[in-house]
Amino acid sequence: MTVQGFSLPEQPSNVAIAASGLSRRFGRRWALADVSFRIPRGHAALVAGRNGSGKSTLFRLLSTAISPTTGTATIEGQDVTAETEEVRRRVAFLSHQANTYESLTALQNLEVFARHLGTDTGRDRLLDFLDEVSLAERAHDPISTFSAGMRKRLSIARLFLQDASVVMLDEPYAQLDPPGFKLIDRLFRKMRDRGTTVLLSTHLLERGAAMCDDGLLLREGRLVWTGPAAALPGEGAMEIAGIPEEVN
Amino acid sequence: MKGSALASRPSVPGTSRVPAAFLIAGAALLLAGSWLGLFVAPPEHYMGDVQRIMYVHVPTAWNAMLALTWSFVCALMFLWRSDWKWDARMESAIEIGVLLSLLLCIQGSVWAKPTWGVWWDWDPRLTTMAVLVFAYFGVLTLRRFVDDPVRRATWSAAATIVASADVPIVYYSVRWWNSLHQLQSSPATVSRSFYLPLRMNAFGILFVMIGLMMLRTRLAKLHLRSELAPPLISSHPVSDSEPRLPGGAR
Amino acid sequence: MQLAAAVRKEVLLQWRSRGHFLAVFAFGATALLLFSFAIGPNAQALRLFAAGFLWLALLLGSTLALSESFQYEMDHRAMEGLLLLPTTARSIYYGKALTNWLQLSILGVALVPVMVVLYDAGTSMVPQLIAVIVLGSAGLSAPGTFYAGMAAQTKARQTLLPLLLFPLVVPVLLAAVKATSLLILGDPMNQSRSWVLLLVAFNAIYWSLCGLMFTLVVEE
Repeated sequence: MTVQGFSLPEQPSNVAIAASGLSRRFGRRWALADVSFRIPRGHAALVAGRNGSGKSTLFRLLSTAISPTTGTATIEGQDVTAETEEVRRRVAFLSHQANTYESLTALQNLEVFARHLGTDTGRDRLLDFLDEVSLAERAHDPISTFSAGMRKRLSIARLFLQDASVVMLDEPYAQLDPPGFKLIDRLFRKMRDRGTTVLLSTHLLERGAAMCDDGLLLREGRLVWTGPAAALPGEGAMEIAGIPEEVN
Repeated sequence: MKGSALASRPSVPGTSRVPAAFLIAGAALLLAGSWLGLFVAPPEHYMGDVQRIMYVHVPTAWNAMLALTWSFVCALMFLWRSDWKWDARMESAIEIGVLLSLLLCIQGSVWAKPTWGVWWDWDPRLTTMAVLVFAYFGVLTLRRFVDDPVRRATWSAAATIVASADVPIVYYSVRWWNSLHQLQSSPATVSRSFYLPLRMNAFGILFVMIGLMMLRTRLAKLHLRSELAPPLISSHPVSDSEPRLPGGAR
Repeated sequence: MQLAAAVRKEVLLQWRSRGHFLAVFAFGATALLLFSFAIGPNAQALRLFAAGFLWLALLLGSTLALSESFQYEMDHRAMEGLLLLPTTARSIYYGKALTNWLQLSILGVALVPVMVVLYDAGTSMVPQLIAVIVLGSAGLSAPGTFYAGMAAQTKARQTLLPLLLFPLVVPVLLAAVKATSLLILGDPMNQSRSWVLLLVAFNAIYWSLCGLMFTLVVEE
């Protein structure tokens, strides 16, 4: 059922993300099984599939949070297992987890992150970033007082710090309010303008499909369909994904 | 951190007679050696019959150290080769090493009571063994509390290496701490009539240990197989005509 | 550079949770008080055992401090976010181990007055006593941080850490108690030197070994 890559570029240097036979086993279960695809530089790809279909595992593998059991993946030619540090330099990952320190303030969280990045970002600049995600007023409040949506906004602010050429957004809309949706859309447009490669997963298929070039469909850990993102919300793709029509 | 070597599952050999042969040979040697030690060898000049526990105590000590050293080797091999069989071997080595060390501590206190009038005498070797029992028991407990097989194997290998590095430090620190005990017993310092039963029991325990380890390793491999999904069937290239088209166009 | 960032982060976080540190200190002081009930009101015996009680109190308190240093990493998986940056697990480990070392040293020094008051175990060699506490705390911190990182990711964090750590640090406990005891009770044979050397050797081995191994603990 494996579907080989789509929109194959002529030169490998044009490939931003390439996976080949990528698989990850968690004990008795293969969370991701034999996934192969390529995404050209500057493209945006939408990853769809039901809960537990392997979307997050794919994102975590590509961002080096976990390592593959078998198979390989490269980010701009750098192997995720062998050249982890190079990959981490290139990739920014917005995960399900907030990855924040509860006892620190929003600003301090950003400062910790910036220092580990090795960038000398001034406090004013960090406050600008917080302003962009509408957290400027709460910059000096500890995260423990934040709601889930506000934590998400802080994670988004962290993306600004990383000058990444590949950005992975795993369910970015989850927990956000309508202004938050607009924030993500704005961020998305900005990244597209800059030529950033984006990998997006969301259950809001119509919204995602409108923003992306390519579509990937996962079912039970396998890549079952690839094609233009615009075709993803179609009935055929949903049938392949195992999503009943009435749910969609 | 490790790639394809852990993608497979450990292969489990069919039941074999080798472990049974080791167990039978070991038991026979132990029986014969103990009989020689208990009834044939002359009583020791100063300590009398109490000394006869040495025929089992000293071989147990050698083999306990051997088992724990083997577990250290298995831990290194697992991290180096990423092969499940070394995880299974490490598990069996630690379990049997802890068991032998525990037996050693019990024998030690049985010997200490008539000799010094106390159950425990803080002898460096015995105390080191007691510390090791707890240290390696900790590693076994760690294994119980980690569900993911890869994590469990990696962490327990790391913990085994960290614990192994402690063995000489514990030994010397306890020795400085309490410096009074008899010299190390080894065949060289023991007179000739004691030599044969000691050696026989050493090999007897060694063979029993090897037999048990083989059985336990097999069990560990079976357990791993049940915990791990079978390897994926390698990808078969799909022909160009096969990619399905979106929108129900197939 | 990375290490400096890691240390700054840990100091900031531990300063934020200084209330927890006070609680650990109170725990250690309570332990010192309770130990004296095991002996009875015998001033001479208490003074004899003072060093041992001090180190036991510090050891028991250390498990609380060490597991706290990973608690804030586990809430909302903060450490996972940092590990995805081009930083190494090693610098995160050393950042934590160094800060825990500092914290345990402060805890140990803070418990000394309690020991002096309760057990009448004073010494005029204060700099030497502080040096022994600093060395002993280093010996607890290196393997302690390593095992706390493992234990924090399991279901049995509270049980597992002492179970793994206590047998391992037997040499630290022996050496630190002996050295402290010699400072309090007098050292006519000049034995303390070899105990200090043992502490230095243990630290050299475990500060390098655990840093090397920590990558295995945090990467999946």
